[in-house]
Amino acid sequence: MGAEFVQFSLTPILIGILASIACALPGNFLVLRKQALIGDAISHVVLPGIVVAFLITGSVAAFPMLLGAAGAAIVAVILIEAIKRLGNIEPGAAMGVAFTSLFAGGVLLLEQSDTSSVHLDVEHALMGNLESLIWFKAQGWSSLWDAEALAGLPDELIRIAVVCALVTVLTVIFWRPLKISTFDESFAQSLGLPVGAIGFGLVVTAAVAAVAAFDAVGSIIVIAMFICPPAAARLMTNSLERQVAWSLLFAALSAILGYVFAGYGPLWFGAQNAVSAAGMIAAVSGLILALACLFGPYRSRVGVGREEAV
Amino acid sequence: MSPETLLTLAANDGRVIPDIAVGDAPLALRGMTVSYGEKPAIFSVDATFEAGKMTAIIGPNGAGKSTLLKAALGVIPRLSGEVSVYGAPLAAARNRIAYVPQRASVDWDFPTTVIDVVLMGLYRKTGLLSRLTGGHRAKALDCLERVGMADFADRQIGQLSGGQQQRVFLARALAQDADLYLLDEPFAGVDAATERAIIDVLQALKADGKAVVCVHHDLATVSSYFDNVFLINVRRIAEGPVAQTFTPENLHATYGGRLATSHIDQLDLVAGA
Repeated sequence: MGAEFVQFSLTPILIGILASIACALPGNFLVLRKQALIGDAISHVVLPGIVVAFLITGSVAAFPMLLGAAGAAIVAVILIEAIKRLGNIEPGAAMGVAFTSLFAGGVLLLEQSDTSSVHLDVEHALMGNLESLIWFKAQGWSSLWDAEALAGLPDELIRIAVVCALVTVLTVIFWRPLKISTFDESFAQSLGLPVGAIGFGLVVTAAVAAVAAFDAVGSIIVIAMFICPPAAARLMTNSLERQVAWSLLFAALSAILGYVFAGYGPLWFGAQNAVSAAGMIAAVSGLILALACLFGPYRSRVGVGREEAV
Repeated sequence: MSPETLLTLAANDGRVIPDIAVGDAPLALRGMTVSYGEKPAIFSVDATFEAGKMTAIIGPNGAGKSTLLKAALGVIPRLSGEVSVYGAPLAAARNRIAYVPQRASVDWDFPTTVIDVVLMGLYRKTGLLSRLTGGHRAKALDCLERVGMADFADRQIGQLSGGQQQRVFLARALAQDADLYLLDEPFAGVDAATERAIIDVLQALKADGKAVVCVHHDLATVSSYFDNVFLINVRRIAEGPVAQTFTPENLHATYGGRLATSHIDQLDLVAGA
């Protein structure tokens, strides 16, 4: 692997790994809290928010995008409440309806607006533009020590690296409150922990990860990474610490294998063109989950040993 | 009823403003009203729980027994009322309280071990980031020993029986080194050995001068396990020592027609008290 790899594959793979990890980390807690749908929801709501932010500001800078996504999230919450109350519909269905409608609205909006000047179209929204995030200035591995070349790293890489670091630091700092309130909310409250703020902080962190990842890799990966690596990791261990470690490994593995398969897999089968890396990464994460379901050591946990253990 | 209507009614009931001296009882509640929507779950309830005593909170399903504990702990918001813990406001006295929620309120498939759950009881000492030391682990193991679960320290919690899960919850409460223990149905669905183990631990706490309050539903064991009873059915019906308070009249008032007279006759009650 030489200069060509560094120039064309290193940064997309790194971005894929960082985006996957940034989503999988909060995904562990969302799945354990049975709020996995919220991760899914966030990644859908992000689209109309980003499109509206673009239409208003005319740029795809990070801050307006984040504001747009936050605004869309608020609209989504109001919409869900309205559907629940006025339509007398159960919460899960109300959520599903609100988020798919908002996403669909975002797609329509995107089609109607002139976004030819920037990387913002329906395909990009779904699958990102991972393959295009290459490192033009790189000459080879030595460029990693070359300040001038480093300055030419894609913005998306810097952004997702910062967000990934932020998510990691927050998870480490708030590990104990997160763990206690996820396991036993009323006990956490009796300790005086602000469980409402903890839950809200978790969702906001997931949202920030989703927006940063969406920008680079599209919504398919975001949805997959919130759920697949944590769910597969749960089947590998009975300890939360090790579950999170497994989920990060699975997330990174999905990103690397997905990128390689997308780029070279079709050639192995005699096809001419590479396929979408984002789509393949999400597919690999699903495959890992399927394998964990079939062969994971802790897959049949429900009720195990309860009878004999009296 | 709207919250406003409830508050007005509670005020007219004369108990929203604390009018009874709370002193420095382990737990004193005054004018507690909680509503989950239209109907009040508990209405203008006063209660005082004493140190060195075991108190059973008794009442029919939906009478607000668990609600009373949760509202006292601030786990659910209250419309009105005041909570005093050893004469101090709740926020200043949280480290003196240990709470054991209903066993069924958590997901026992959660990826964690028995000793890990007990270590959660040390959170107020360890805080956010300080390292868990061998001392913390020894403390947790000691608490497991007291409930007879030390051999299960490294088991995944989902592999335990209901009774064992309840004992782990009790060990977590012991790890809190509290003075006031609030337990929500600690004997629900546990085996006889566990019931014995739990009652032994609680009586040891009582002998140490701690206050123990249990939401309890087995009327047959009230007299043998508890010193005091608190009878509730949305409103407070009666409270006091078992000998004077656990009477057929009070039980009728609490349960209404839901408790057959023949059933009451079988209980070990103080006749005509």
